Amino acid sequence: MIDAAFLLECFRTILPGVPTTLGLMALSVSVGFVFAVLLALARLSAIPPLDLVARAYVFVFRGTPLAIQMFLIYFGLAQFPWIRASILWPYLREPFWCAFLALMLNTAAYGSEIVRGGLLSVPHGQVEAARAAGMSGLLLFRRIVGPIALRNALPAYGNEIILMVKATSLASMVTLVEVTGLAARIISTTYRVFEAFAVAAVIYLAINFTLAGLVWVVERRLSPDHRPELDAAPDMRLVH
Amino acid sequence: MPQWLIDYWALMGFGPTGWGLSMLRAAGMTIAVSSAGFALGSVLGALAAWGRLSGSRIAAVISATYTTVIRGIPELLVIYLVFFGGAVVLGWIWRTFWDGEGFVSLPAFVAGFIAVGICNGAYQAEVFRGAFRTVARGEIEAAAAFGMPRALAFRRIVAPQVLRFALPGLGNCWQLCLKESALISVTGLVELLRQSFIGGRSTRDFFSFLLTGAALYLVITTVSSALFAAAERRALRGLKRA
Repeated sequence: MIDAAFLLECFRTILPGVPTTLGLMALSVSVGFVFAVLLALARLSAIPPLDLVARAYVFVFRGTPLAIQMFLIYFGLAQFPWIRASILWPYLREPFWCAFLALMLNTAAYGSEIVRGGLLSVPHGQVEAARAAGMSGLLLFRRIVGPIALRNALPAYGNEIILMVKATSLASMVTLVEVTGLAARIISTTYRVFEAFAVAAVIYLAINFTLAGLVWVVERRLSPDHRPELDAAPDMRLVH
Repeated sequence: MPQWLIDYWALMGFGPTGWGLSMLRAAGMTIAVSSAGFALGSVLGALAAWGRLSGSRIAAVISATYTTVIRGIPELLVIYLVFFGGAVVLGWIWRTFWDGEGFVSLPAFVAGFIAVGICNGAYQAEVFRGAFRTVARGEIEAAAAFGMPRALAFRRIVAPQVLRFALPGLGNCWQLCLKESALISVTGLVELLRQSFIGGRSTRDFFSFLLTGAALYLVITTVSSALFAAAERRALRGLKRA
């Protein structure tokens, strides 16, 4: 029943989509992280206008589906003549950059809540001790607040990265040819649904397990004090 | 009134040329398909959680595989699998057992809610499992000591508490359902995203339609999170806050 030759062919067809999927994910996660930190700092700044803008941003981007955000950027922006005349148009007419923009803005909203949680989790006593030792400003952030916040936020951020890998599949809805787009193409041309699905699923699972493993390794390195407990097994359950 | 608002109302209002009614109907479709998906997800999630907790090794492996695989692959892929795979399987049954001819396919609504349900069930399973852990062992032992059969103890002691503790997590799952339902538009089901796209295409004003669609999604998610918050307050009313 299983046609090994066809499975191999599916694999050969879908594999070229992996760099697009990974590139889209890596780019939107890294730029999105910078944006997430800025949003989290705005939330914690205690400056009402900044806090309000960041709150509204997170509310809108978490309250609407990513698909409609991507459609708005890809289909919606193109109808304005001033956008077609702008220097950004060479980027905004490419599905890749539209997908990147939507993914980046979306993960920034979810990520900012994770970063905020991480920053809030830094024990007050640690900050006080650092201040007593004469640290302040950037030094305090670099040595004390940053590392502790990063460590506490990492597991949740790892989940966010995996959700982003899955979310890159939505780029196929705006015509970008990545892993899901290629699988859909096989399905619609050959109608051999199960083979194409299985191959694409295996590729996504491989990517996500690798990422979950990497996050676990980094987490372990950053938490030497917790190492004996973590010696059990990596949590590969891809928790949401 | 400013001109743009008049134009917008002509486009999105409820007049003869307005798309208001179509948009609201599509929003209703989004809620309907998400609700059906959420309900199926609850059944699958409860089964998977039970599989993990039952003590049976096979059941545990099956549920762990289900939750891990589904949470590791894109929802869109599951939608393609159910929609096109459903057509293949149905077509095969139709030709083999009824000597039927031609092409049979799963209705987009059915395929859509099944796909959303399969995805959501994997997340709900984790929510139920976590909630079950919070039910004190002693209470189950006490029920057994009273001579309650397991089914009765489940109905009277375990289920009400699991539901109570699962409510916040289930609220998150419902939000996921709503957002995933937008992906069903690839099957041609006219829900909110599809309707916004159709309207945008035929009036060449994607921006207004997609922005209106996004606003309607925002209304749905905001109202439902308020409803879940109210349900949580009610369910936890007898509990002291830690």
